[in-house]
Amino acid sequence: MAGTIPWERVRRAGSKLTTPLHPDDYLSLVNPLWSTRELRGRIEEVVPETEDAATLVIRPGWGWRYDHKPGQYVGIGVQVEGKYQWRSYSVSSAPKRSGRTIAITVRAMPEGLLSSHLVNGLAPGTIVRLALPEGDFVLPDPPPARMLFLVAGSGVTPVMSMLRTLDRRGSMPDVVMHYSSPTAERMIFRDELDRLEEGHEGLTVHRLHTDTEGMLAPADLDRVCPDWRERETWACGPGPMLDALSEHFEAEGVAERLHLERFSLKLGDAGGEGGTISFRNSGKTVDADGATTVLEAGEQAGVGMPYGCRMGICHTCTVTLVSGAVRDLRNGEEYAQPNEQIQTCVTAAAGDCTLDI
Amino acid sequence: MAISDVREYTHLTDEEVEQIGRELDAIRAEVEESRGAADAAYINRMIKVQRGLAFAGRVTLLASHRKPAWAAGAAMLGVAKILENMEIGHNVMHGQWDWMNDPEIHSSNWEWDTAQPAEQWKHSHNYVHHQFTNVLGHDNDIGYGILRMAREQKWHPANLGQPVYNALLASLFQWGVALHDLDIEAIRKGKKDPKEMKRQLGQIWRKGRNQVLKDYVVYPALSGPHWRTTLTANATANVTRNLWSYVIIFCGHFPDGAMHFTEEEIEDETRAEWYLRQILGAANFEGGPLLHIMSGNLGYQIEHHLFPDLPSNRYGEIAVKVRALCDKYDIPYTIGPLHKQYGQALRTIIKLSVPNGFTTSDKPEPPSPDRAPVERGRKSDAERPSRRAELGGWSRKAS
Repeated sequence: MAGTIPWERVRRAGSKLTTPLHPDDYLSLVNPLWSTRELRGRIEEVVPETEDAATLVIRPGWGWRYDHKPGQYVGIGVQVEGKYQWRSYSVSSAPKRSGRTIAITVRAMPEGLLSSHLVNGLAPGTIVRLALPEGDFVLPDPPPARMLFLVAGSGVTPVMSMLRTLDRRGSMPDVVMHYSSPTAERMIFRDELDRLEEGHEGLTVHRLHTDTEGMLAPADLDRVCPDWRERETWACGPGPMLDALSEHFEAEGVAERLHLERFSLKLGDAGGEGGTISFRNSGKTVDADGATTVLEAGEQAGVGMPYGCRMGICHTCTVTLVSGAVRDLRNGEEYAQPNEQIQTCVTAAAGDCTLDI
Repeated sequence: MAISDVREYTHLTDEEVEQIGRELDAIRAEVEESRGAADAAYINRMIKVQRGLAFAGRVTLLASHRKPAWAAGAAMLGVAKILENMEIGHNVMHGQWDWMNDPEIHSSNWEWDTAQPAEQWKHSHNYVHHQFTNVLGHDNDIGYGILRMAREQKWHPANLGQPVYNALLASLFQWGVALHDLDIEAIRKGKKDPKEMKRQLGQIWRKGRNQVLKDYVVYPALSGPHWRTTLTANATANVTRNLWSYVIIFCGHFPDGAMHFTEEEIEDETRAEWYLRQILGAANFEGGPLLHIMSGNLGYQIEHHLFPDLPSNRYGEIAVKVRALCDKYDIPYTIGPLHKQYGQALRTIIKLSVPNGFTTSDKPEPPSPDRAPVERGRKSDAERPSRRAELGGWSRKAS
C-alpha cells in the first residue's frame, strides 16, 4: 500500500491548504503519531526488568524505519516539566521490517533524573519524541563465525538486540558472552539469557557477580575465553572497563578486533586552542579554554543553549557557526566553514568564533 | 545626555535607576525559574484551539452559500487567524517558548499565517522595534514610514492625507507589515543593496503567493459552485484580522502617555536605562482574560517590552509587580481602556496630518521646542548599536 500511494505528493498538495503549516501539524492533533515533522512514539508498555531497570516498548509514528541494525541506539526525548529532555539508549529488540514497535531498556541511574523518570514515571500512552537509529556498534551481516561479547550492567542492551537477531534467524554462530553485574538480581535479561543459552549450542554465557566475585580483569580473558584473540569482540559497559579493554587489546596487537560502545562521552586529547566565543543573537561573549565545550561555555555565559544527550549523539544542541573555528573533541576534526552546523556538546573553540544563537 | 535626563526620571538617582534594573531582573528570574508543565500546556492548548477553529471554519465555509454558515465560518476563521498571529505566532517568534526545547514551537522555524516572512519580522520587530522602542529616527514603527506620529517628525504636505492612509493601512495591515522590513524609501532613493532587496522580495513573493492562493483560489475552488461566497468569507476573515491587529498594535505606543526619545537619549544606555525606556515608551490597555488572549497579551505592552521573551500567559502576573514598582519609584505607567487608548492614537494621526502650529500636543510632557526635527529615512543595521540579549531569536538563513 505504502508503495502505491505517493504520500509525498499527497502531502505537498495538502500543504496548499495548510500553508504556512504542514498537513501533519493538523493530523497530529487527531493522532499524535500522524506526523513526520518530528519523529514521535507512543509508550505501549513499560516492562520491569529488575528493581531499577525497565524495558519501554514504543510504537513509533510516521516516518520511522524499522530496519535498524542490531546494536544501534535511538534518541528519545521526553517532556519533563514542560521541557524536552533527550537521551540515547540502545535498542534492545531485534530489528523487524514488518515490526510495529521497538524496545529500549533503561536503568535508572542514581544521578540520572531522566533515566529514573523513564523507568518509574512513564505511563503507557505517553507520547515521546524519537531520533532515528544511529551508531556503528552493530552486528555485521553475515555475522563472523566466532564472536565474543563483553558487557557490564546496562551495557547488555545492544548485545541483547544482536543475540535476539541471531536467535530469530536460527543461525547462532560460536558466541561467548561475558556479563558482569553487581548481583544476580540486578542482571537485566537473566531469564531470557538462560533460555537462549539452553536453546543454542553455540552460545556460552559467563555470569560474573561483581559485588561478591570482583571485576573482570583483562588478564582474565585467557581463562574465560582462551581464543579471544581470534574472535571479533564487542564490549559495552562503564568507561573504565572499556579503557582497560582497549589498552589490553592494543597491547596484544588485536585492537582492530575490538568494537566499543561507550555510554558516556570520552573526550580525546584533541583540545581546541580556546578563544572568545561570541553568541550573535544574545550579544554575549565568553572566553573558553580548549577543553571546555561550546555548550558548557554558552551555559556559563547564560545563553539558553539547546542540548540533549550531551554526548554528541542526538543533535539537539546543533547551532550554526557563523565564523571562526571549533574542534571536535572526540577526533580532533576542525570545523571552520562559515555558517556550518556544529554540535556544541562535543566541540571546543579553536580560536575566536561566533555562533548564531 | 542619557535617558535619566528625561524629565520623568530626573527625580531618580543613578543608584535608584540601577536598583530598578535589579528589581526587574529579579522579576524575570522568578518567571524563568517557575516556567513549567502548566505553561507548556497553555501554549499547546492554545495551538490546538487555534487549529481546531481554523479547521472548523474552513469546513463550515464549504457550505458558504448558506448565510449562517458564511457568518460562522468567517468568524471562526477570523478568530483563528487572530489567535495565530497575536497570541501564538508573534510570541513564539519572540522566543517565548524556546525554553521548551520543542522544535515545533520554536522561534527559529515558526512561520505565521500572514503575508510577512517570519525572518523579516524577526528583524524589523524583534530587533529594530524592540531595541529602539520609540527612539525617533531609529524605531521604524513610529508611523511605519506612512504616518506622521510624532511632533518631532518633519511635516510634509503629503501628511494631509493621513486619515486616508490610516484607513488603508488598517484594512490592508498584513500587506503593510509584509513590506515593512523592505524599507521602500531606501529603495526609492536607490540606497538599498540590490542583492538584499532581491532576497527579501523573493521571500515576500513566495510567502504572499501561498497565502493568496490558499484563501482566494484553493479554498474557494473546493467550495465548487459556492466559490464566490467562500472567497468573500475568507476576505472578511483576513480583513477582520487586519483591523483587529492594527487596533491592538496602535494602542501599544501611540496613546498620549507613551513618550518618544531621541538618539542622544539612548547613548551609552545601560540595561536598567533600557528597561526604563520600555516603561515610558509603551502603553497598556485594560480588559478581561479573553480580550488579553485575543490581543496576544499585548494589553500588557509595557511588560511585553520589558520581557519580550517571557511567556505571554505570565504577563498578567508580571504586570502586578511592575505596576507596584512604578508606584514605588513614581514612574508613569500608561494604562486605559482599549477605546480610549485607540481614540488617542487616532486623534494624534489626525492632528499630525497638519503642521504643528495648528494643533497642541496631548503628551503629558510636550517635546521641548529645541528638539531638532527628525529627518525622514531609516538607519541601516550598520548605523545601529548591536542587538541586546532579551529581544528573542533572530535567525536568518545563509542564502
